[in-house]
Amino acid sequence: MKIERTKNEPLFHISKNENMTRWKALLVRVGGVFAALVIIGVMSVILIKQNPFKIYATLVTGAFIDVWTLLKDTAVLLIFGLAVIPAFKMKFWNMGANGQVLIGCLVAIACMKFLTDKLPDWLIIVLMIITSILAGIIWAVIPAIFKAFFGTNETLFTLMMNYIALGLVAYFSFAWDPRGSGNLGIVNLMTHHGWFPNIGNKYVLVIIVAVIIDIFMFVYMKYTKHGFEVSLVGESVNTAKYVGINVKKVIIRTLILSGAICGIMGAIFAGSLEHTVNTSICGSKGFTAILVAWLANFDPLVMVFTSFFVVFLNTGAINVSTVFQLKSTDYANIVIGIIFFCIIGCEFFIRYKIKPSQRMHDILAGIKKKSHKGKEGK
Amino acid sequence: MFDTISTILVDAISMGTIFLFGCIGETLTEKAGNLNLGIPGIMCIGALGGSYGVMLYSGGVADPANMSGFWLVLISIIFSMLFAGVAGLVYAFLTVSLKANQNVTGLAMTTFGVGFMKFFAKRIDMTNFVMASKYFKNLFPFSSDMGWFGKVFLSHGILVYLAVIVAILASILLNKTRTGLHLRAVGENPATADAVGIDVAKYKYAFIILGSAIAGLGGLYYVMDKTNGTTLAEAAIDSFGWLAVALVIATMWKPVVAIFGSIVFGGLSILAMDIKSLSFFQLKIFDMFPYIITVIVLIITSIFGKKETQPPASLGVNYYREER
Repeated sequence: MKIERTKNEPLFHISKNENMTRWKALLVRVGGVFAALVIIGVMSVILIKQNPFKIYATLVTGAFIDVWTLLKDTAVLLIFGLAVIPAFKMKFWNMGANGQVLIGCLVAIACMKFLTDKLPDWLIIVLMIITSILAGIIWAVIPAIFKAFFGTNETLFTLMMNYIALGLVAYFSFAWDPRGSGNLGIVNLMTHHGWFPNIGNKYVLVIIVAVIIDIFMFVYMKYTKHGFEVSLVGESVNTAKYVGINVKKVIIRTLILSGAICGIMGAIFAGSLEHTVNTSICGSKGFTAILVAWLANFDPLVMVFTSFFVVFLNTGAINVSTVFQLKSTDYANIVIGIIFFCIIGCEFFIRYKIKPSQRMHDILAGIKKKSHKGKEGK
Repeated sequence: MFDTISTILVDAISMGTIFLFGCIGETLTEKAGNLNLGIPGIMCIGALGGSYGVMLYSGGVADPANMSGFWLVLISIIFSMLFAGVAGLVYAFLTVSLKANQNVTGLAMTTFGVGFMKFFAKRIDMTNFVMASKYFKNLFPFSSDMGWFGKVFLSHGILVYLAVIVAILASILLNKTRTGLHLRAVGENPATADAVGIDVAKYKYAFIILGSAIAGLGGLYYVMDKTNGTTLAEAAIDSFGWLAVALVIATMWKPVVAIFGSIVFGGLSILAMDIKSLSFFQLKIFDMFPYIITVIVLIITSIFGKKETQPPASLGVNYYREER
């Protein structure tokens, strides 16, 4: 039977590809990174007018100049990412990691500032951790409750919560500062009250915490009933309801977990890494964490590598901009942006199969015929 | 007293215009079912593109002191829309053709756009910018003779009026034309739209690019009018961009409401400067108000939501024909 084809037949047929092997998928992603590196190379050659391989070399060596900072940044980004993973797994877009960490950090700093000399040091630290976890949970659970009961759009809600937290931090960094400069400075610089104990150097603690949370999250997502419920809600809310899962409860419970991890990160910022709070502590890590988590396909173990990859690129690109005197470290943001565009784009070729349609074949055959005829004519 | 109010109103309008451009752009994009979180970055790219146009034109004329205001403004608007539109095209290609996750693509676009602007801003020659900025400002020189009316309504630059006109046009387009009806259908239920023969991809592409181009003008306005052509590399346009995204929700996807909403948001952002009796840090609290208002609107509309105050039903979900 001959199938009638319309003139509007698309040039490609796109269909779902569900059985691509892990290796093949990885290969496509590597291809995406490679394409990005070529684009970055071309851009850099135009801007810097240097051998692109020299630029790549500067990027790689630059990333490893300070290994401890590299590891610390990886650990921090990893914790941000681990906080958003469970929510994403059930298609709840928690854009508010920044705000949840900030509010936790703010509360912990409050403990440091106002309880010093009133309570023993260990009690301050315990209170810092508890209160910042609670603060993080509150910041995460408010949007979750409204999402669960009224279907309020969580992407936009959590996004707004970031800026409310940012406003509170800006306000209190003025209000608590006796000089009124809006910069709290290092809190308890002399007494070290409320500073978390140093293990080796001040970066080891955050790395250990990141590893612990990472393993916990891996087990939680993969081997517990909770984790199973989360992924089921993510697959289909209706299926979850049908098998008797209380979807509202799962949403709220998962966001409590998200907020708690963010709170821990806030406490670490306050007690171990920064000893202060200001509006730029989180930067845009909450957003980068979303990219990193997505890149890892929400797998906690893979995310160790993806967050390392992004931090590595960022540090290396900053080094490129200093070595080649680019006047601006924002070169790093451009590099990361391009890498992400390419990886986001190549994901399509993993999830879908593309086959040229009959029309495409006809067109190609037509071109071949023509060129053939052209040759014969000569 | 009346003087204070009119001063606040003037400042609120001039601040709000940044949000208004971003808000109209994002509204059109969201009506097509795409939540473009890249708008803050795209506004940055628009600012850079517009500045590039200003640099090209003012550097190209023989005597920068007598440049033609008409061509200057037109060329910078075209460049701004072109740069922002290309960024929108990248976003549209990734999310519509390659069906990539919209949130992730948008955030990557914001990272890229902020970096792109700040990096290339250092390479833009801004010598003629202050001179050029006067062509963007004060469209009606006679406004100062017209008392408070002239001050509040006629003392603004050309881009402010353009923003209001674009908002009204966008509203007419959405609510009164067949294109708008099709667009809303695409945003609400792309499968149904597809079934009645609307080209979903075409509509998505067109309105993502158009929306991005309009949002880009917000960046141009900030550089050439609001800061008199003095700020580019240090501009925190992305933070205004997030407010623009907030404004879309707060005004419930209605461009005409956005005109007034932008004035309220603008007012809340500048109130800090105009109230003298509060100390500086107390004013920091005002920075949160636009976001709190947005959250409240979001909650109220989701609880007592009528159909027309809800986000487009397919917002954030990509359309793939074979997926049901």
